[in-house]
Amino acid sequence: MSASAPASAAGPTASAGPAEAAPAALEVRGLTVVHPPRGGRGPARAVDGVDLRLEQGEILALIGESGCGKSTLARALVGLTRPTSGEVLYRGTPLRYTGSALKAYRRHTQLVLQDPGGALNPRQTVFDAVAEGPRLHGLKEGLEERVRSALSRAGLRPPEDFLARYPHQLSGGQQQRVVIAGALALDPAVVVADEPVASLDASVRGEILQLVLRLRDELGLSALVVSHDLGLAWNIADRVAVMYLGRIVEVGTVEDVLLRPVHPYTRALLSVLPGPDRGRRPTVLTGEAPDPTAVPAGCRFHPRCPAWAALDGPGREAAGCTVRELPVLTADPGAGRQAACHLVDAAADTPAGGAGTAGAPGGAAQAPGAEDGRG
Amino acid sequence: MTLLEVRGLGVSYRSGGREVPAVRGVDLTLDRGETLGLAGESGSGKSTLALSLLRLLPAGTRVEGQVRWEGEDLLTAKWSRVRAVRWAGASVVFQGALSALNPVRTVGDQICEPIVLHEGATRREARRRAGELLESVGVPVRRLDGYPHEFSGGQRQRIMIAMALACRPDLIIADEPTTALDVMVQAQILQLLADLVKEERIAVLMISHDLSVLAQMCDRLAVMYAGQLVETGPSAQLLTDPRHPYTRALAGAFPVIGDPASRRAPSGLPGDPPNQAQLGAGCAFAPRCPEADADCRTGAVQLWPAGPGRDAACLRVLPDGVLPDGALRDGAAERPADGADAVPAEPGGADATGERAGEQAEEQAAPQPAAGTSAGGQS
Repeated sequence: MSASAPASAAGPTASAGPAEAAPAALEVRGLTVVHPPRGGRGPARAVDGVDLRLEQGEILALIGESGCGKSTLARALVGLTRPTSGEVLYRGTPLRYTGSALKAYRRHTQLVLQDPGGALNPRQTVFDAVAEGPRLHGLKEGLEERVRSALSRAGLRPPEDFLARYPHQLSGGQQQRVVIAGALALDPAVVVADEPVASLDASVRGEILQLVLRLRDELGLSALVVSHDLGLAWNIADRVAVMYLGRIVEVGTVEDVLLRPVHPYTRALLSVLPGPDRGRRPTVLTGEAPDPTAVPAGCRFHPRCPAWAALDGPGREAAGCTVRELPVLTADPGAGRQAACHLVDAAADTPAGGAGTAGAPGGAAQAPGAEDGRG
Repeated sequence: MTLLEVRGLGVSYRSGGREVPAVRGVDLTLDRGETLGLAGESGSGKSTLALSLLRLLPAGTRVEGQVRWEGEDLLTAKWSRVRAVRWAGASVVFQGALSALNPVRTVGDQICEPIVLHEGATRREARRRAGELLESVGVPVRRLDGYPHEFSGGQRQRIMIAMALACRPDLIIADEPTTALDVMVQAQILQLLADLVKEERIAVLMISHDLSVLAQMCDRLAVMYAGQLVETGPSAQLLTDPRHPYTRALAGAFPVIGDPASRRAPSGLPGDPPNQAQLGAGCAFAPRCPEADADCRTGAVQLWPAGPGRDAACLRVLPDGVLPDGALRDGAAERPADGADAVPAEPGGADATGERAGEQAEEQAAPQPAAGTSAGGQS
């Protein structure tokens, strides 16, 4: 963990060296969140050792199935969940879990939840909903102007038309814009959005994603977007991190990870994206989302891994997926694309048994999982 | 004989003392082993359309036109006949399996109920069949005595499908069956449905706002906007080469990964769907349409041939339309004459609604749509 960011670890401000990279907008090191035992089950390792950086002005997509720990990670990032171990750093400074430190922190880092209908109080006007954050932070001066400006930036124009409305008088897309305006009202540097478009209609989805892109371009906002939707990552993200059972299993630029995936899990996710090409053979993983109360030994993906299943006895023995622990992927974006897979490591970034290689040209871009030769 | 043939279907709700149309002049056909995807955004009328097929709509709803089930019009049929078609002929899988399943009864009981009621099977036979059904959708038989909350979201949706299959229907109407599910679980459910179509020659009418899911599952698509079909045709063509600007917007909403055009460029559709109580003249989509001109705001639109096996309700697909190249015109000319869907049926169905009003009132004594799939509602 200390090796991952040698420069910024020494001096939190990192303003000294001109060529020095700015500290990450947000970074987590060795982050682990264990939920206490419940209902006869053991403790749940929801987030199980994650190093991740969100650069300033970057949009990072965190992708995974329900139960993989992505929402817990998002909550830990905004200080709503206190990690069991590891730390969250905002611009190089570790987050302290005292009331005042958290309050100050939340001015800079805002969480946008899915299901705007549920996030908004039905008895609050749009004005009150957006003004709630500034009021909590004692920003009474120019409050109305602050709210108007936030609504306007969130695409609700002219803001006057919306101030006195109630959530039920708004469409789903408008409600989500109000939620986003509520986050923007504090002029945050970072927005963490958990499934911001999952509950929205197809036609509205693009509108909200365009807004996220524009906020980054115009305000320099950094955003971590949590989703199970790989298309969202393609639409707006710079980098993508794929999470499985509490760990990041593959991380890199959107082009690397989505067009030339090497981890068998990423490849499977991409292969099942619905589309008009009905001739292709998707790699449908059997079974349900994995159980964080019973993390398998070795590679945690091996019970569902098609690449592992395709190996013969001696091959499995040699690969050791069931026994050898995998290293935690480093948070340093300079490390390029990384994947936590014994079978990838063995063949120097070549996906196990796969036809498409890591260095394949963009020609295979259309349906990355389609040429999947396994199975 | 065609399994399901819908002609000139119109549905309107009473709201604030006036009739608000939810579905207008819809024609559809679906045969055994065929799959049809119905696309549109919330409020487009797609779910209303689906529910009206089995007369599952609430009191005060006016339905006109024809819904012919193997030639017989279900809208005028006796109530007992409609009940027989439900479950045994066609069954519905709703989105949100948690609310559609009865939380205080085991899933086994709930799957057994329609088998006992509609097929007159004994409890023991029904239980054996329920076990087979669970297996067929990939849930272990030993879970037959489990309660809905003990299952994951994907498993509950499988159980819903098992239930829908209980009486060996010819048609499954699936309303957003995968919307709340993860991609991998969605893929499992879609594969399950696809296998059923192939092995049992079941017809599927699937409803979603996600064109890519529909295209994956269905041979043909019908896109709905403001209660009307605005484009129909083979799925792959609709997705890759949409003729109607609204279809284009829906198709663009879910990007193809690797397509440079959508990289860092999410595409959305500005504006909101129209208030259907206040539809004016002209194309209902014109206010949001990036290509609309003056003609679009005044001229009435209907489905016109837009290539082989395709129709679109857009002035631009007309042979004498404004498109500069002749490509569309040629396509329209080559179109086989059978085009049953080409011209919307005469609105003559409206005549029959008067007679039907009484019958509609009767059926209100029957189960409400929300109870449609919980077995208890059908008894």
